[in-house]
Amino acid sequence: MSGSAPTASRTGAGRPWLRRRVEMQLPPALHARLLAGPGATEPLPVERDPSAGAAPFRFAARQVRFPREHEFFEDGDVQRHLYLQDVLTQVAGPPERPRVPEFTCQVAGCCQVFDVLEAYEHHYHALHRNVCSFCKRAFPSGHLLDIHILEWHDSLFQILAERQDMYQCLVEGCTEKFKTSKDRKDHLVRRHLYPADFRFDKPKKSRGPGPPAALQEPAGALGEGGLPLEGEDMEVCSEHTAPPAEPRGERRTHGHRIPSTVCFGQGAARGFKSTKKRNKQQ
Amino acid sequence: MWSQRHGRLRPVGCGVEELRRRRREREAALRKARREQQLVSKRLLRDDAPEEADGGCVAPILGETEIQQFLRLSQRGTEEKERERALVTLRRGLQHPETQQTFIGLEGSMRTLVGLLTSNQALLQLEAARCLHELSHSEQSAVAEACLPATSYLLTYVSGHSSDLIELCLYTLGNLIVESEAVRRQLLPQGIVPALAACIQSPHLTVLEALGYALSQLLQAKEAPEKIIPSTSAGSSVLGSTLPQHMLQLLQPGPKLNPEVAVEFAWCLHYIICSQVNNALLITHGALSTLGLLLLDLAGAVQRSENAGLELLVCPVLRCLSNLLTEAVVEAVGGQVQLRDERVVAALFILLQFFLQKQPSLLPEGLWLLNNLTANSPSFCTSLLSLDLIEPLLQLLPVSNVVSVLVLTVLCNVAEKGPAYCQHLWPGPLLPSLLETLAFSDTEVVGQSLELLQLLFLYRPEAAQDFLQQSGLHALERHEEEAQLQDRVHALRQTALHG
Repeated sequence: MSGSAPTASRTGAGRPWLRRRVEMQLPPALHARLLAGPGATEPLPVERDPSAGAAPFRFAARQVRFPREHEFFEDGDVQRHLYLQDVLTQVAGPPERPRVPEFTCQVAGCCQVFDVLEAYEHHYHALHRNVCSFCKRAFPSGHLLDIHILEWHDSLFQILAERQDMYQCLVEGCTEKFKTSKDRKDHLVRRHLYPADFRFDKPKKSRGPGPPAALQEPAGALGEGGLPLEGEDMEVCSEHTAPPAEPRGERRTHGHRIPSTVCFGQGAARGFKSTKKRNKQQ
Repeated sequence: MWSQRHGRLRPVGCGVEELRRRRREREAALRKARREQQLVSKRLLRDDAPEEADGGCVAPILGETEIQQFLRLSQRGTEEKERERALVTLRRGLQHPETQQTFIGLEGSMRTLVGLLTSNQALLQLEAARCLHELSHSEQSAVAEACLPATSYLLTYVSGHSSDLIELCLYTLGNLIVESEAVRRQLLPQGIVPALAACIQSPHLTVLEALGYALSQLLQAKEAPEKIIPSTSAGSSVLGSTLPQHMLQLLQPGPKLNPEVAVEFAWCLHYIICSQVNNALLITHGALSTLGLLLLDLAGAVQRSENAGLELLVCPVLRCLSNLLTEAVVEAVGGQVQLRDERVVAALFILLQFFLQKQPSLLPEGLWLLNNLTANSPSFCTSLLSLDLIEPLLQLLPVSNVVSVLVLTVLCNVAEKGPAYCQHLWPGPLLPSLLETLAFSDTEVVGQSLELLQLLFLYRPEAAQDFLQQSGLHALERHEEEAQLQDRVHALRQTALHG
């Protein structure tokens, strides 16, 4: 006899080869043990003989660690990717989105009609949630709205900006601040690989394809920027450059993100929104 | 809690046979890709309204002029409904690779699409995101990479509040992430990690599942252990962010645990742990106890529900636990205290039985965990004996050679703890089983059987007598000539005959 039996079936394919139908009988008490409380039996005394595992024997109890590319993981990884590509998923219909009687968005000035709650939800979050109460511009995130309010409507901002770096980076998680919005733009492009014409950092007068205006005025509104989008304006007050005098104390409270025009006749909308908010905080 | 998967992401419109055939083909392709270290997958989110699906009419391939026309219409149509319809038609056209190619070849098309994505018409915005998602799912690198100008906006909207849009952006980002390292080199400075860390607090399960998907795609990257996971640069790397704590929270068993979400984050944890960057950090966040409890929960769940795809979650959980147990710090931070509960062993056996019925190819992973539990722990070895688990373990021997070796290794772990342990192993069903494994032709199976016999003869001399009486020497003879076995065969015969 020469050499050893082939071991390809265990290392090569990594696929167990089922020799015959195998049954595994578990002791009935095992299920009860799972339901009972935590704990462990007192371990039996360990008493090792030095000749255990001595040559020609070689066994030593040892824990094994596998790195991510190890072939041991092949089967499990393939299952995972079958699932990702959705071959494993059970056939089922898309989630039903119940129709509701048609209703109109309650925010003043908006007359969008809906018959699916989710569509309304998206509409509300996209257009009415992060809205500047001073100039009615909508922003995609609270972070961008906060920065907009600070830079556009805080009368102290310009004064402070002359003394210290006040222009916050627009990328959430980056804490850098800059002397001018131009410096910030450079930072966004160089450090964060943002497009030079990032739409939420547009001077508002650069409407249309003309040469960019001075970059002192940051935070453009939705729909502005590179593309000549027509008839898109929801920022009804966008021509007003001067920040209106409003109490500054409450600037960061949530109320200011709701257009000041929204004050009554929209109980349903408010109720809906506040439940969302509660969920969000848990 | 562990109900049937609802299958939101699924292939449609084909029979069982066709599904099986496709599955086999796909599996072979994935296996090949895995060996070439090219294993990447994308997910397609299509949530078409029923009338659209029932219509049966396959959307036509669009030509250059049509694409331009639909883009112009969706940009400047007079009526909002009209604009939306134009974009929907374009999106359906983009389901065809041909239309995708034409689209990216058109000058300004992506710019217009990004314009619509950032527009203030909520529905147009959502449709534009769906168009981008179709493109991101393309197998053509050029098509997916044409989406790169959109990533800063996709990331911006991840910080937004519309759950439908966030979900779409996350799946799109998740698809783009695996395209190339170049894509990831753009997404990381654009702040993908902090954006995900902020979003993980979302109350929406669909958002969380999408987030777990995107994060798992990011963590699978080849360069992840060096560039994405390390905790050196606070906030911009995964371990430096708050993600690990939140991930563990989402894996905590209880009424809030959602299987689909948990699957994604369990895989994320696996990719982090097997990269061995800073597993001590995860252990201090309670990873061992959370995963241990989840294992108990899963064992309870597989007994209750028949076919819920739980193996998809069990697999990464086993891997995480098993690799974490090998950390030297486990002792130092009280890992053994966290995982001394013998219910873990009970749960593992219930899961082994489940694998045997459902997915035998995952049995080795379960036995690997059993090895790591028992190797250094007299306590778990004792539980194996006191819970009568030796016999069920032996029942797995015939499954495959890999399984046999692992089973025998676990038995060796028990036997090497000394006479008190071997007393429980012999007499019993072990002898007939070992005589059977000695008849195997696999060198490693036989070798491990010899190791076990040596330990037994040493700590339980009566076993040698029984062995001789049941013609054990005859079984040994078969392997006398095998180079890798003969020394051990001879030594064992000497011990059996002369004590």
